[in-house]
Amino acid sequence: MATKLIGDVILDVKNISLSFGGVKALTDISFNVREHEVRAIIGPNGAGKSSMLNCINGVYTPQQGSISLRGQTFSHMDSHQVATMGIGRTFQNLALFKGMSVIDNIMTGRNLRIKSNLFLQALRIGPAEREEFRHREFVEHIIDFLEIQAYRKTPVGQLPYGLQKRVDLGRALAMEPQVLLLDEPMAGMNVEEKQDMCRFVLDVNQEFGTTVVLIEHDMGVVMDISDRVVVLDYGKKIGDGTPDEVRNNEEVISAYLGTSH
Amino acid sequence: MTIASFLETLMGGLMAGMLYSLVALGFVLIYKASGVFNFAQGAMVLFAALAMARFAEWIPGLTGINSPVLANLLAFAGAGVMMFLVAWIIERLVLRHLVNQEATTLLMATLGISYFLDGIGQTIFGSDIYKIDVGMPKDPIMMFENVFEGGILINKEDLYAALIAAVLVGLLTMFFQKTSTGRALRAVADDHQAAQSIGIPLNRIWVIVWCVAGVVALVAGMIWGSKLGVQFSLTTVALRALPVVILGGLTSVPGAIIGGLIIGVGEKLSEVFLGPYVGGGIEIWFAYVLALVFLLFRPQGLFGEKIIDRV
Repeated sequence: MATKLIGDVILDVKNISLSFGGVKALTDISFNVREHEVRAIIGPNGAGKSSMLNCINGVYTPQQGSISLRGQTFSHMDSHQVATMGIGRTFQNLALFKGMSVIDNIMTGRNLRIKSNLFLQALRIGPAEREEFRHREFVEHIIDFLEIQAYRKTPVGQLPYGLQKRVDLGRALAMEPQVLLLDEPMAGMNVEEKQDMCRFVLDVNQEFGTTVVLIEHDMGVVMDISDRVVVLDYGKKIGDGTPDEVRNNEEVISAYLGTSH
Repeated sequence: MTIASFLETLMGGLMAGMLYSLVALGFVLIYKASGVFNFAQGAMVLFAALAMARFAEWIPGLTGINSPVLANLLAFAGAGVMMFLVAWIIERLVLRHLVNQEATTLLMATLGISYFLDGIGQTIFGSDIYKIDVGMPKDPIMMFENVFEGGILINKEDLYAALIAAVLVGLLTMFFQKTSTGRALRAVADDHQAAQSIGIPLNRIWVIVWCVAGVVALVAGMIWGSKLGVQFSLTTVALRALPVVILGGLTSVPGAIIGGLIIGVGEKLSEVFLGPYVGGGIEIWFAYVLALVFLLFRPQGLFGEKIIDRV
């Protein structure tokens, strides 16, 4: 395994607070993500992990704090704008286009990159044809990478859960994101599927150099594949550091296992 | 009953069916792209037809253009611009605020839009009966005179209308299947949130799809308007298309076309063959009964997506 070079801070989250009515989902959260690293956000149920991801993704707008990507700060962004900045994501509860084939689902991820004129596309003329071909080639590469060649024409709704998760990942990869947000990529999977998914995440990180931010419930998985871990509990940050540091953090242990009094 | 008269009825049915398909397409387009059953489709047809008829009337007076062809083209373009404005306003004022809401909420919103369009269309353009004259030939033609005795009588106007509808349908199919925007439209139809996360601009997509539906409504309004005159009852054309959508499936463009053809042919044939036995007027209710039968036995329609719920 090649040693990877972890770069400068690419995503910087500063003092984020988010509440829904009277419920505080996140309180004053700050952490950063460095280029090419695998950064995990963990915490017990209801700790605010998904809320955090949704803030970065522009689904929620935090009441306080700022998020910056490569020094560019954004506070009021919608998901579409975040996507154009190069942040891709997958979903905890699959959000695939169920009626469409695997290929079409992943092709939608190329949407932002397709430049040619609508009418040329419809008629399949010259440059448009070549462009479509180029994107299709890229998508085939992703399909090979995720080992779902056999299902490329199958409507996604008919695939088993584990494979749908891969298509979800494939669609996000098709965007060629700089930062990839994964919302519980291993949730609901059996051991074998989890191992496959771990391998894909690590490969994406190492081969394409994509920075990965992932939320995970399964402590074992997280400790194995992440470079650094943030721990949330009741919307507050209680730990931040390498897996080993986090594992030995008193607060983290008590959050996960409870304290004896 | 001779073969010739059977064929004549069949052709008449197919051509009428093509026009139903055209209106049905409007429903299908919007349903596919936003999961909304658009109650306002009929109102859009009326609005577009009113705009077209009145623009054609006003343009010669305002600009001094005498050529009826040019005046009609300008009127068509003007009505197209009106439909674009309607689409843009609907997105701005209504849909944008209803992202990720229940389908029922959106349905009620389109019901509101429908009343609004009915009203404002007549406020701007007047509420009399207007004429659209795009120079459709009214005289019938004879075909296959050497094959059958007496030949087959075909209404030229219907034939032209059917051809226009067919071309439009072809263009739309290409748009949906072959372009990245078409793919984006289908993606938005499936899941708003996911579509946004990969950078598909929901708002622009909605404007596009309502525009396309507006143009379809305009073509339908133009053809029906030149047949029947532009008047309030054009909104009920949409009701005629309802059984077509049920038959063909709400999510299928080919379904809308084939559904339209089946209903057109079914209406005409049942009128001619069953009419004498059960009394006339079958044409009026045939489509609805067929739709009911489909709802009982194949609720997703001929080509619709079968919805399987995982429990």
